[in-house]
Amino acid sequence: MTVAAANPETLSVLDRPNSYIGKVVPRPNLERLMQGRGLYVSDMELPRMAHVVFLRSPHAHAKIIGIDAGAARRMPGVIAIVTGKELAAVVTPWVGVLSHLKGLKSAAQHAIAIDHVCWQGEAVAAIVATSRAVAEDAAEIVSVEYEELDAVTDMRTALDPETPVIHPSLGDNLAFERNLDAGAVDAAFADSDEVVEADFIFGRHTGVTLEPRAVVADWNAAEARLTIYQGTQAPHMVQNLAALHLGLEESQVRVVCKDVGGSFGIKVHVYADEMATYALSKLLRRPVKFVADRVESFNTDIHARDHRCKGRIGVKRDGTIIAFEIDDLTGIGPYSMYPRTSAIEANQVVNLVGGPYVTKNYRARARVVFQNKNVMCQYRAVGHPIACSVTEGLVDLAAAKIGMDPVEIRRRNLIADDAYPCASPSGLRFEQLSHHAAINKLMAMMDYEKLRAEQAALRNKRIQRGIGIASFIEVTNPSAAFYGVGGARISSQDGVAVRLDAQGSVICQTSITEQGQGSESLTAQIVGSVLGVSMERVRVILGDTDNTPYGGGTWASRGAGIGGEAALQAAKVLRKNILDVAAAILQSSSAELDIVNNAVVNASDGSSRIDLKELARIVYFRPDTLPPGIQPELMVTRHFVPREYPFAFTNGVQASWLEVDTDTGFIKLLRHWVVEDCGTIINPQLVDEQIRGGVVQGLGAALFEKCIYDERGQLTNANMADYLVPMSGEMPDIDVGHVVSPTSETELGAKGAGEAGTAGAAAAVANAVNDALKPFGVVISEIPLTPQLILTALGRI
Amino acid sequence: MEISLDVNGERVEAHVQPRLNLADFLREHLKLTGTHVGCEHGVCGACTVRVNGEIVRSCLMLAVQTHGASVETIEGLSDSGEVADLQAAFRDRNALQCGFCTPAMLMAAQDLLKQHTDPDREQIREHLSGNYCRCTGYQAIIDAVETTARLRMERQP
Repeated sequence: MTVAAANPETLSVLDRPNSYIGKVVPRPNLERLMQGRGLYVSDMELPRMAHVVFLRSPHAHAKIIGIDAGAARRMPGVIAIVTGKELAAVVTPWVGVLSHLKGLKSAAQHAIAIDHVCWQGEAVAAIVATSRAVAEDAAEIVSVEYEELDAVTDMRTALDPETPVIHPSLGDNLAFERNLDAGAVDAAFADSDEVVEADFIFGRHTGVTLEPRAVVADWNAAEARLTIYQGTQAPHMVQNLAALHLGLEESQVRVVCKDVGGSFGIKVHVYADEMATYALSKLLRRPVKFVADRVESFNTDIHARDHRCKGRIGVKRDGTIIAFEIDDLTGIGPYSMYPRTSAIEANQVVNLVGGPYVTKNYRARARVVFQNKNVMCQYRAVGHPIACSVTEGLVDLAAAKIGMDPVEIRRRNLIADDAYPCASPSGLRFEQLSHHAAINKLMAMMDYEKLRAEQAALRNKRIQRGIGIASFIEVTNPSAAFYGVGGARISSQDGVAVRLDAQGSVICQTSITEQGQGSESLTAQIVGSVLGVSMERVRVILGDTDNTPYGGGTWASRGAGIGGEAALQAAKVLRKNILDVAAAILQSSSAELDIVNNAVVNASDGSSRIDLKELARIVYFRPDTLPPGIQPELMVTRHFVPREYPFAFTNGVQASWLEVDTDTGFIKLLRHWVVEDCGTIINPQLVDEQIRGGVVQGLGAALFEKCIYDERGQLTNANMADYLVPMSGEMPDIDVGHVVSPTSETELGAKGAGEAGTAGAAAAVANAVNDALKPFGVVISEIPLTPQLILTALGRI
Repeated sequence: MEISLDVNGERVEAHVQPRLNLADFLREHLKLTGTHVGCEHGVCGACTVRVNGEIVRSCLMLAVQTHGASVETIEGLSDSGEVADLQAAFRDRNALQCGFCTPAMLMAAQDLLKQHTDPDREQIREHLSGNYCRCTGYQAIIDAVETTARLRMERQP
């Protein structure tokens, strides 16, 4: 840290005195959450508020013959029972496609099904009542007559001619297909000393946010304005879509997002039942609240993954990897989700496979098919765990085949740290990655050689432990290339407004949102550092389309990198404006002044000249004492969007150390390590906890989490007792290390860190399990790695 | 049914339906929304409160069962200062992200620390296994509870 120099303008914000950048400071919003004083949407109540409960299809695929709600309508407390046809008069249907995903098709989806239900859990009627309990009672006596249709459940046969087509107007069950052929793949495989292939299977799982999705929609007919209180990651996106489908102007819709009980990508979409709730409020001219119960969450929150990916790798005997090839198949449910579509994950898999490595020979096919299961879409680390598990699984198989250490083969093939900028075979542009620095750091953190020795010693005692390594690349800071170019009204830019209030404190409005990552904290840290104001004097306002600049929100690891840069730029201008006013008051020049610790000081010696509180008093209450012609502007707004690189790629590497009980099939995670590179670290503690949380979500997918459907499309474990998530007792401690390669696209230099943990955790565990089971000659390429799967592979059951 | 109970030290008289569970009673009737509802079937632990000094899942208990009982929620524990040190440790360690599980996690952690003044990490992990957290990965929570136990031990004569 440098000391303040004569001209502070030459210092970057990272170097300013009393900078909060790179420091562990507590998040300002924690007290209310810890004391039970948060305000989640599920806590909200408004005058005249009604509650909606959705009656949902018990069948995976059926025609609706008729709905009889007569008796239910007469129940005391029931306000309305609304069918899909009735609601369609208020809200228009949508189609989840994007133009840059060429060929992607989907059918029109209604807020409530009209005559055709396509998954178990699709809403067929809305029951609105004075309480949720009354609405649930009424739902039980609404009778719906269905004609059950054959369900398309197995993605492998979804495209067969004898399989029914879910949406006849589309012609077939293929939503999207992408093919990529880069380099000279056939020649490379022919030239390989060894070619290894495997079928990788990824279970369908879901986010299980601890607070279910929740909405309060309040149509004020007198103001002709709809206020939507919703736990969402993207308030302006919700504003746009609600307005579009309810026939309103965006100015007639306000979206307010208070505390959010977990999101992870689950709450970045617009769901049919949420759209129905907005519409019901407009129809009934009163506030309507929808809170999903846990069974509904499992049946309607987007599911994720569910891929079957055939992978092939070609390697030379010296360890040089010369080709990758994949054929990926994924089933997305009956509709491409709105508005981000359900083709993005498969598209990401194609983009990311082989990404850390030098070889230019890469061929990929990805097919996305419809099926009669719940909708599937983007969840934390979209596509990354699939791509990483396939790539790193293949690399380990190749290493085993040629008898090379898994770390050594990676060192021989990872792109060199001085080879940037460069591009991947799929066209991804890398500004600066640090694979080798990361793996070197990882080796030191885990003491790899010692661990290998321990593993060998324990083998003699018939204790089977394994080490798994997984390098990865991570998509962060997405520009308009992600959604905007495809026609989605999802902003890739963010805005921040900062102002000095009349007592010298700072109010900061940002378009990024908070779901626990620390958006509020990092914004206050940046603004406080740049301005020279202490953090407790910075108040951050977010999650309100009426009261923040327009922007994308918090998803795809964009909050710190994009919203943070907007905050930095806004604060810089405000700082200049403050110094200009101070110079006028003090008859000095702004170059001779600085702001440190809430006061304007002499840049040369740091001596205090005027407190910001006093400056604000003069500006707001005694502007008559300012020199003529001075009009202070103590509020500044700036926006930012990445333009140079479509995505700020980051990288990292993970390692797992675990033990497999070959009698029971149980896996005990002993330790987990992560080294990642998110560029400038604003708050090391927040980054580390993002990584740890992400790892544990990846470990859940690796070991436990799976939505189990039967052949008729019934979800058989739609409750928390049967759908397993990681618990504290079975999770390991996770060591996190960093390499820092700031992006030069921004002054802040921050890239994202939200996906890294989830991206590589499952791959590291799967590789460790296979390493542990090496003496048995079995290879498992499926997750979750349940005891049943392990014992089956071992031939024990 | 008429019930009479003590909630965070205040006398409460209420008329409730027999089927009303304690979580809904606290949240909807008494507006004590710090008690959260995550699964409504007794698995996630987000609705943990104290009844007569024992932690229970308020979604699995009927309001009428608390007739004559003393119920304590996170609002009560916060206002009395009973868990102030635990909350400070959670804050310093960033042991919460979205915060939805946190009130109940504090309840469960305080329950452990009342029973065991010096739990090891495995005991902390085991005791908190009935409280799901989807954000943190648990390690920061374990650290915060461990720190609190140590500081409480140091304060003992």
